[in-house]
Amino acid sequence: MATALPVRAQVPAAGQATKQHASWSPYDDNGGTVVAVAGDDYCIVAASTRMSTGYSILTRNKSKILRLNPKCVVASAGMQADMETLHKMLHSRHVTYQFNHRRPMSCPATAQLLSNTLYYKRFFPYYTFNLCAGLDDEGRGAVYTYDAIGSYERVGYGCQGSGKELIQPVLDNQLKAASPLVLPQQQWLSSLPLEQAVDLVKGAFVSAGERDIYTGDDVEILIITKDGIRTDSLQLKRD
Amino acid sequence: MFRNQYDQDVTTWSPQGRIFQIEYAMEAVKQGSAAVGLKSGEHAVLATIKRAPSDLSSYQRKIFKIDDHMGIAISGLTADGRILCRYMRNECLNHRFVYDSPMPLGRLVRQVADKAQLGTQRSWKRPYGVGLIVAGHDESGPHIFYNCPSGNYYDYKAFAMGARSQAAKTYLERQFETFAAASLDDLVKHALHALQASLQDGELTEKNCSVAVVGGDMPFTLLEDDSLAPYIAAIKEEEPAAAAGMEAEGAAAEGDAAAGEGGAAGEGEQQQEQQGGGGGDDGGEAPMEQ
Amino acid sequence: MLHRPTSHSAAIGPGPVPSLANPGPALEQQPRHAPQAPSCGSEAFCVDPQALSSSHPRQHTQYPYVTGTSVLGITFKDGVLLACDTLGAYGSTKRYKSFDRLRKVNDVCMVGASGELSDFQYIMRLLEELSDDDFCMDDGHHLKPAEVHSYLTRVLYNRRNKMDPLWNSLVVGGFHSGKPFLGTVGMIGTSYTDAHLATGFGNHLARPLMREKHHPDMSEEEAVALMHECLKVCYYRDKNSINKFQLAKVTKDGVSISEPFALETNWGFKLFQNPAANAVGTW
Repeated sequence: MATALPVRAQVPAAGQATKQHASWSPYDDNGGTVVAVAGDDYCIVAASTRMSTGYSILTRNKSKILRLNPKCVVASAGMQADMETLHKMLHSRHVTYQFNHRRPMSCPATAQLLSNTLYYKRFFPYYTFNLCAGLDDEGRGAVYTYDAIGSYERVGYGCQGSGKELIQPVLDNQLKAASPLVLPQQQWLSSLPLEQAVDLVKGAFVSAGERDIYTGDDVEILIITKDGIRTDSLQLKRD
Repeated sequence: MFRNQYDQDVTTWSPQGRIFQIEYAMEAVKQGSAAVGLKSGEHAVLATIKRAPSDLSSYQRKIFKIDDHMGIAISGLTADGRILCRYMRNECLNHRFVYDSPMPLGRLVRQVADKAQLGTQRSWKRPYGVGLIVAGHDESGPHIFYNCPSGNYYDYKAFAMGARSQAAKTYLERQFETFAAASLDDLVKHALHALQASLQDGELTEKNCSVAVVGGDMPFTLLEDDSLAPYIAAIKEEEPAAAAGMEAEGAAAEGDAAAGEGGAAGEGEQQQEQQGGGGGDDGGEAPMEQ
Repeated sequence: MLHRPTSHSAAIGPGPVPSLANPGPALEQQPRHAPQAPSCGSEAFCVDPQALSSSHPRQHTQYPYVTGTSVLGITFKDGVLLACDTLGAYGSTKRYKSFDRLRKVNDVCMVGASGELSDFQYIMRLLEELSDDDFCMDDGHHLKPAEVHSYLTRVLYNRRNKMDPLWNSLVVGGFHSGKPFLGTVGMIGTSYTDAHLATGFGNHLARPLMREKHHPDMSEEEAVALMHECLKVCYYRDKNSINKFQLAKVTKDGVSISEPFALETNWGFKLFQNPAANAVGTW
C-alpha cells in the first residue's frame, strides 16, 4: 500500500487538465422487481424479467430467481453481475451442503447462509436486494427479506427492487400484516387462498409496470407447495 | 517386514526397474472390497460390495457422488479416497462456476492421475492407497475410468477392482460384448452378477451392496436398500443359470462341465478358505477399508 | 515463485513490475543518492526514476486509450452473424484503420470486442491459451460458446472486483449442437444472452431496428441485409466509426470472417446537408 494518500491535483496526468474522458463505476443498477408472499402451506415468488441500464433495455428475458431445491429459492434485484455471482456462490454452497449433510438445505438455513454471504462482502457489497423464500421445516410459507449487506428478517411477504415503493404499500394494505410490536405475537402469514394470492401478486406487478420503467416485459412466478414448484408467467407491457 | 532393500522409499528403484512402494500401494487396492463399473451406449453403472468393520458398525460407504454427471467407487484406503473425492467435487464445482457447464470426465480423471503421480516422485510423500473407478456421462457419452495409485489411468468398457475382483473381471470379459446395447436394467443386473461372482463368502443382499447409475437422461443416482431390492430379487431368480459358471476365480480355464457341477460345492470350498486363511485378506490393519 | 504485481502504470509500462519499481516500505527507507544510476543489473533501466519518487501510487486503468466502437450480433435460422467496423480510435483520432475486432476462438465460437483494444488482445491471449490447452489434450473436447461466454464473464467481473477493469464490451457468437448462441459481457461483468444484441452506441442506434425486423428463423440473406442496415445507421450517427466493416458468420460449417468491405452511403439527405434546418431557437 502507498504510504500517503495521493494528492491528485498535484500530479496531473497527460491531458487531464482539459480533457474529459470516460470514467467507470464498479456498480450498475439493472433494475427489476421481486416479490414473495408466504401462505399457510404455500409460498409465491415472482420476479420481472426485464434487465436495463440507464434508459436502455438490455434484454427482456433474464431470470432473477435461483432455484436451490423444491423448498427454497432466492430472488434478487439490483446489479446483474453481482446477482449472477451471488447465485453461483449460493449454488456451490448448496451443493457442498448436500454432500456433507445428505439432504437439501432448509429455507431457514439458506436464509442465514445468504445473510453471511452478503455480510462477507460488507466493505465491497454485492449490489443486490434479495428475498429468500420457500417452505420452512413445518411446511409453512417463509419469506426472508434483506438489505445489501446482510441484515435480514423473516416476514409474511416481501418486495425488493425498483418497484418496491409501488408494490410494498399495496401488499401492506391487502395482506394486513399485524404489527410486530403487538403482544402476544400475531399471525403474520397471509390468510388468502393460494389463487387469490397469485392474483394479488399479478395485480401488483401490472400496477408497478405502469409507472416503473425498470419493471416490465414478463413476470416469472413460482408457486412453492409441498408438492414442489409450479411455474406461472405474466406478460407485462413491453414499453 | 521387509520384502527387500529397495522398498524403503518411493524414490528408490529396484535393479529390476521397479518401485516397490508404488506396487505396495496397488496391493492396498486389492485388499478393499470389490467394486465394478460398466457402461452401455447410454449409461454407466457402478456397483460395490460394502463391508461392515464389525457387527456393531454400519456398512462403509464405497460410492460417492462427485457431481450430477459423475461419481466414483473406491477400493483401498477409504481415507485417501475421501481426500480425492473432495478434490474431484471441488474441481467440478469450480468448473461449473467458471464455465457454467459440467466438467468433462477425461479432464478430471487426468487431473486426479497427475495428482496421484506426484505421490510417486517425491521423497516426502507417499502414493495414494486407493483405486478409483470413475463413472459418468459427458458430451462424448458414458465413460468408465480406472485411476490407479501409480498415477496411471485407463479408459474401460467394464472394470472390476478390489478383493477377488478377478472373478468379476472374468464375468465381465465374457459378457462385455452385449453391454453396448444393454438397457439400464440389464446393465445393473450385469453389475450385480459380476459382484456376486466376486462375493464367495455370502449372499448378495440390498444391505451389503450398493449400485449407482448415471446417463445422459438421468443424474448420478445411488441405489441402496429399497430401491436396490428389486434388482437383487431379479438376479436371484436368474442365479442358478448365470452364476454357476462364474463361481470360481480364474474361471476362464475351467470347463463348462466342472462349472455346472460346482455351483453349491464351490461356494462351500471358498468359504472354508475364507475362514481359514482369509484373515490377511480382510486386513484388520486399522486404516484399511473394511 | 514470488508474486510479481502486474503494472498498468503509464510510468512503468505494462507487464510484470520490476522488483525495484515496487515501492515497498523497505525500498522507501533506503537512502537514494542517485536514483537514476544503474545500481545493479538492468532493472534500473526499466523504470522511470520519477515513478519511484515521492508517494505516487501505482495506478490501475482509469480510462481507455485506443478504442473500438459498437459490435452488433444477430442470430438467424442456422447460425449467428457478428459485425463491426475495423477502426481503432485514439480518442477521436482514427488511429488504426484495419484492426480486426472480430476474432475466432475455435470452430464453433468467435468473439467481437468494443472498448480498449489492448485489453481485447490480452483477452484473446487468455482464450488462445485455453484453446491451445484443448488442442494439446487431444481428447476432442473444446470450449462451447456458452462456456466461453461464462468464462469471459468471470474474467471481466473478477477484474472489476480488483478495481482494475478490462475496458471492454464483448460479444460472443457461436453455433453448437444445432443451436445458435449469442451473448455479451460488459466491463463490470454484466452479461446476458439474447437473439440480437449490440454494444455501446449500437444499443441505442441498431437495436430498435433489430427489435423491429429480427425473427429467429430468418434466412441468412435476410440477416445479412438487416445487419448491413444496422451497420449503416451506426456509421451515419457514430462519429467514432468508419465505412470499413467486417461481417462474421458462425454456422455448423464453422467460423468465417469476411474481408473488410464498405457500404454504399448517401449523404445527400436534406437534413445531412443542412442539419440546423429545424433547429429553431437560440443556438
